[in-house]
Amino acid sequence: MITKRIIPCLDVRDGRVVKGVRFQGLADVSDPVELAAHYSENGADELVFYDITASAEGRKLFTDVLRRAASTIFIPLTVGGGISTLDDFERVLMSGADKVSVNSGAITHPEIIRESAKRYGSQCVVLSVDCARVNGAFHVFRNGGRIDTGMDALEWIRRGIDEGAGEIVLNSMDTDGVRSGFDLPMLSAVCDFAEVPVIASGGAGGIKDFITLFQSVPKVDAGLAASIFHFGEVSIQDLKEQLAAAGILVRRV
Amino acid sequence: MIGLIDYGVGNLFSLVSSFGMIGEEADIVRTPEEVRRADKLILPGVGAFGDARQKLAVNGMDEALTEAARRGTPILGICLGMQMLFESSDEFGLHEGLGLIPGRITAMQPRLPGNLKVPQIGWNALICEPHPLFQGIPEGACVYFVHSYSAVDCDPWTIAHTEYGIPVTAAVARDNVLGTQFHPEKSGRIGLAMLSNFCRM
Repeated sequence: MITKRIIPCLDVRDGRVVKGVRFQGLADVSDPVELAAHYSENGADELVFYDITASAEGRKLFTDVLRRAASTIFIPLTVGGGISTLDDFERVLMSGADKVSVNSGAITHPEIIRESAKRYGSQCVVLSVDCARVNGAFHVFRNGGRIDTGMDALEWIRRGIDEGAGEIVLNSMDTDGVRSGFDLPMLSAVCDFAEVPVIASGGAGGIKDFITLFQSVPKVDAGLAASIFHFGEVSIQDLKEQLAAAGILVRRV
Repeated sequence: MIGLIDYGVGNLFSLVSSFGMIGEEADIVRTPEEVRRADKLILPGVGAFGDARQKLAVNGMDEALTEAARRGTPILGICLGMQMLFESSDEFGLHEGLGLIPGRITAMQPRLPGNLKVPQIGWNALICEPHPLFQGIPEGACVYFVHSYSAVDCDPWTIAHTEYGIPVTAAVARDNVLGTQFHPEKSGRIGLAMLSNFCRM
């Protein structure tokens, strides 16, 4: 049976990994290429590179970093950040990305989902959604969670899947950074109807949170996290050993 | 020289990098003449069967590939590239494949238990028959799949399957013509080892 995926996410700005990486045994922990190789060698099932640069030079540097990383790791690589046109898709796919994640760009230009799915296939199009509770409903936020769009998240995800998104990354802003576990009710609400893979993001504080995630919401396909991996608090190998011990199918390397 | 067939379907970045990593000379080939010159051939592919099949027919690339298969050139089809080796596919209408391996491609959805998602995306374990492609590959090794269709009626040629509610054809071989439904170029060290094995065939 298919295994649950563990996905470290690297935020890259000006060619460096940000979010305070503290790692032992790496010469340069903030080098995305070296960090990606480390994760790839140590059991990550997939990687996400998130481009958080704003400038054109930063973008060029990001593409260069992406190309170098993609030519040294041989696991799937998803790229997000500032994707709003087919040209953006083309640029990152030609630099070695396997999947492209759209977020704010899809909110302002929803047709990008259908157009990119048609050109590259649904397997290539990941809809990433920043979501938080507002007055008892799940709202979609954009621009890195700064702007409440007022849109209902479940409706937006339904529409994204219908338009051709092949995977959903659900970032709960209510649990993000709190490190008290993934947002199980929000994830359950999405997994109830999503017939494409759902990747949980936001809230991982330790190994037990991943165990709880996969046990409580069995339809979740993957868990994504950044800082707990970057800070070396959780090693992917340890995480996978404990998941396996808890009866959750994972890929061992 | 290993020829990576480029017929405008998907990009070859990862395959070029993979062969570079295992120290094998691989070149992108775009003409029937280049197909004929290659010692080994890789047929990649993502997207829809009909569209890809049509693109492969442009300039007679499909004929060059079929001839190479007859001459005994080792050929490895990957994902949609593997599916095109078969006789037919019913993805968005009935399409004829290259017919190099008996069997057909059909949607997984109606054959799966209801709780399973299509496409199958992710890492799944291989159950392998003995074959040179799997030399040194440990039992139960996981590889990366992304697909909604799979090969059926091909038991004599199946060299590996994976369990996704049902047994799903994961790799096939008929003499010098091989195919993997999974992506060896995205399957970490295990995948690179298989590509190395293919290079030694």
